[in-house]
Amino acid sequence: MTLNLDSKIPDGPIADKWDNQKFGMKLVAPHNRRRFDVIVVGSGLAGAAAAATLGELGYNVRCFTYHDSPRRAHSIAAQGGINAAKNYKGDGDSVERLFYDTVKGGDFRAREANVHRLAELSVDIIDQCAAQGVPFAREYSGLLDTRSFGGTQVSRTFYARGQTGQQLLLGAYQSLMHQVDAGTVELHDRTELLDVVVVDGEVAGIVTRHLHTGAVQSWSAHAVVLATGGYSNVFFLSTNAKHSNASAIWRAYRKGAAFGNPCFTQIHPTCIPASDDFQSKLTLMSESLRNDGRIWVPTEFDDKRSPDQIPAEERDYYLERRYPAFGNLVPRDVASRAAKAEVDRGRGVGELKNGVYLDFSDAIARLGRDVIEERYGNLIEMYERITDEDPYKVPMRIYPAVHYTMGGLWVDYNLQTTIPGLFAGGEANFSDHGANRLGASALMQGLADGYFVLPATLANYLADRLSRPPVPTDHPAFAEAEAAVRDRTKQLLSTGGTRTVDWFHRELGKIMWDNCGMARSTETLTKALSEIPALRSEFEKDVRILGDGDSLNQSLEKAGRVADFFELAELMCIDALHREESCGGHFRVEHQTPEGEAERDDENFSYVAAWEFTGDGNAPALNKEPLEFEYVHLAQRSYK
Amino acid sequence: MDLTLKVWRQAGPGTEGRIETYDVPGISEEMSFLEMLDVLNDRLIVEGREPIAFEHDCREGICGSCGMMINGQAHGPQKGTATCQLHMRKFSDGDTIVVEPWRATAFPIVKDLVVNRSTFDEIIAAGGYISVTTGAAQEANLTLVPKAVADTAMDAAQCIGCGACVAACPNSAAQLFTSAKLAHLNLLPQGQPERWDRTVRMVGVMEQYFGSCTNHGECHEACPKEISLDFIAYMNRDYRKAIVKNRSLIAQP
Ligand SMILES: Cc1cc2nc3c(=O)[nH]c(=O)nc-3n(C[C@H](O)[C@H](O)[C@H](O)COP(=O)(O)OP(=O)(O)OC[C@H]3O[C@@H](n4cnc5c(N)ncnc54)[C@H](O)[C@@H]3O)c2cc1C
Ligand code: FES
Repeated sequence: MTLNLDSKIPDGPIADKWDNQKFGMKLVAPHNRRRFDVIVVGSGLAGAAAAATLGELGYNVRCFTYHDSPRRAHSIAAQGGINAAKNYKGDGDSVERLFYDTVKGGDFRAREANVHRLAELSVDIIDQCAAQGVPFAREYSGLLDTRSFGGTQVSRTFYARGQTGQQLLLGAYQSLMHQVDAGTVELHDRTELLDVVVVDGEVAGIVTRHLHTGAVQSWSAHAVVLATGGYSNVFFLSTNAKHSNASAIWRAYRKGAAFGNPCFTQIHPTCIPASDDFQSKLTLMSESLRNDGRIWVPTEFDDKRSPDQIPAEERDYYLERRYPAFGNLVPRDVASRAAKAEVDRGRGVGELKNGVYLDFSDAIARLGRDVIEERYGNLIEMYERITDEDPYKVPMRIYPAVHYTMGGLWVDYNLQTTIPGLFAGGEANFSDHGANRLGASALMQGLADGYFVLPATLANYLADRLSRPPVPTDHPAFAEAEAAVRDRTKQLLSTGGTRTVDWFHRELGKIMWDNCGMARSTETLTKALSEIPALRSEFEKDVRILGDGDSLNQSLEKAGRVADFFELAELMCIDALHREESCGGHFRVEHQTPEGEAERDDENFSYVAAWEFTGDGNAPALNKEPLEFEYVHLAQRSYK
Repeated sequence: MDLTLKVWRQAGPGTEGRIETYDVPGISEEMSFLEMLDVLNDRLIVEGREPIAFEHDCREGICGSCGMMINGQAHGPQKGTATCQLHMRKFSDGDTIVVEPWRATAFPIVKDLVVNRSTFDEIIAAGGYISVTTGAAQEANLTLVPKAVADTAMDAAQCIGCGACVAACPNSAAQLFTSAKLAHLNLLPQGQPERWDRTVRMVGVMEQYFGSCTNHGECHEACPKEISLDFIAYMNRDYRKAIVKNRSLIAQP
């Protein structure tokens, strides 16, 4: 253990901590703000919200994204909704309950103080977004509507049809473009971060490559925010957008930022099952469908009848049976494992027997087709386009898929990484979700980080640096980083092998899914740890990338990202192997209760694993941040 | 199924392009159009030929990255469907499919099927927002929005900014895109204070880059979100009002 993992949790009762912190932090006066250069990498919910707000405040902001427009960030695809403790339905919700649900849902592996702050800020987010004109669903009264989501017993999820992420992102994007127009934010689209530059132990800036011209360039700043999203695509097949990748946070890790809980990945229970080898990504069917859809499999093994021929008594509504209190709305990890168990024991449905049914017939009978169409019309259409089946007539087929990564850069309460001046927000940090994220909480966290937390904590960091100009880009550290980026590009282009980048990525994905997916064991993880390096050295010898580095070259972009995925995959397996317990999305088959539920080991593993890079070829070093639960009592989760 | 693809290949912005023909055998009906291109690209790379560049990301019809002319139709033959959601079951064995980039002066070609759509961002920057400083918002339920208004605003706000409307229009006009954003914001109570300035500015930037609308309606036909032409009429009405309106009387309907 060599890192000092000071979580900087403020003193005081939990409900006062954020207020205390804000009051205790230093400020930068309005006329001084333009003297500070801030870089925000990423224009998803977290990045766009942070860049827009920092711009409004008057800082000199540069925002980078590899997309052709900030509006295309992966956040756009979020469907179901965003949580907030508004208690508009009067059903017993409160900041305390959202806090409690999130800590419990995360299986007691999140920091209480962060989660409480998130729950407090959730209400401000809805106010902010409604004021921006986000067209949230409304009741006939004109008031905001909500619905319920997995892992909770209240209705606290705000939504805009099945396109909540799109509407929230457009709100943030529009605010960002407003600042671009006002001249406070300089937007650099199609520009990819390829390295982070650290001078004298503090962040100095970044090195980027322009995707259309290949130009490699250095940018310096007083502070850098990484809001670059999650790394589910290490599995190749996931619900994430095709370009989502880990390179930004991986480069930061290699420069000294600790990586928190890399093995904590979330497998989402309701995705469309894969149909064949050419499958390029998996499509999520929002979890909100579980509000009205009932999940079942035939009781008979290998039942070949079409679902409408199977009478009610020969259907096993296994979630309702096993978890009567939460039924179809158990948290994601529980629902996913239950589906896997059914498919593994041979009760899977569909041609490849790789799914379970999600059935709307009861809801249609009860509420009418119109209501179901209004709630889920666009999702049902999407399903139909992909599978050519009509869910109003036959049940959907669903199966779990990799969806979200709770792990990410370790950050303190101020969202600062272990590199001073380098901050991380949104899915890129190891965040507030512990070992399992509740549905509709990622949008909440991304926006809380971007709109409210980062602007406050950045000021505190910057206030001390008023008289210090940023490290100039002609500093040798920048030249060195640029040269490394160019060398890497050259090396990839000159490999001259025989196989495509996608081929390697797919193989890596298979290793990860089979060995570090929904169920993990010493045996599978050890196997993965021998297969990954072997595949990686083959990649280094045998990948084929055509074209040059001075123009748009999509294979080259992918190759750099896949190379980083190889290294990250190893770290994920190392972390999964070391965590000798099951918690949330991390299920070690050696550690389960007699009923097959995850069995935590609070005595030995109630900590954040923050891994530290120690050089190529060396084992990463484990640092531990102990977790203390003062307000929510440590208990085995039960959704029965 | 076995297909023949005729694809526009162009090395870079200034260079000349041409159609190249590829045999693409053994395509499954379950594949998406982009997965079919993935298969072709994998083969091209193995054969030592440069793969076809095309934009894509979410592959769920929501990010607006993808988009190409397929047999002369923006996003291909299926109504209300982006290229990434188009599946090969919409084609038949033996088909020849012509694939080209969006064609519009305001969307210059970057490479092969990739075009630059930054002009859309410029339209949004010119007022396509509601100015609300972070933290300045009031309690959300203090502003009531009639359900019908919220629903129509959402119909407009669904636009994914892919550019199919421009590509499909004989005049390369961006009326559908611009009017969808204007309707989204101008319909809502929150959008009223900036309504007239917003309309004038956004229309101004639109006219600077894009052609004018002569009511062909091709934009709506091509739109993967089937955005209604009514929004164009609404924009025109607001624009007319905006240029004559005495802004100090803004509180009056
Ligand atoms: C299909 C789907 C549905 C979902 N539904 C919900 C939901 O209903 N509710 C919910 O709460 N959550 C949902 N989630 C999760 C949620 O959408 C994401 O966790 C969240 O949007 C992540 O936001 P972000 O801002 O952290 O990152 P992203 O939106 O992923 O943005 C990352 C940004 O970083 C940029 N970037 C990355 N790397 C680089 C680099 N090296 N250089 C330059 N730029 C870079 C990208 O261009 C992009 O702008 C869903 C996720 C998926 C996949
Ligand atoms: S790839 Fe996102 S809309 Fe087609």
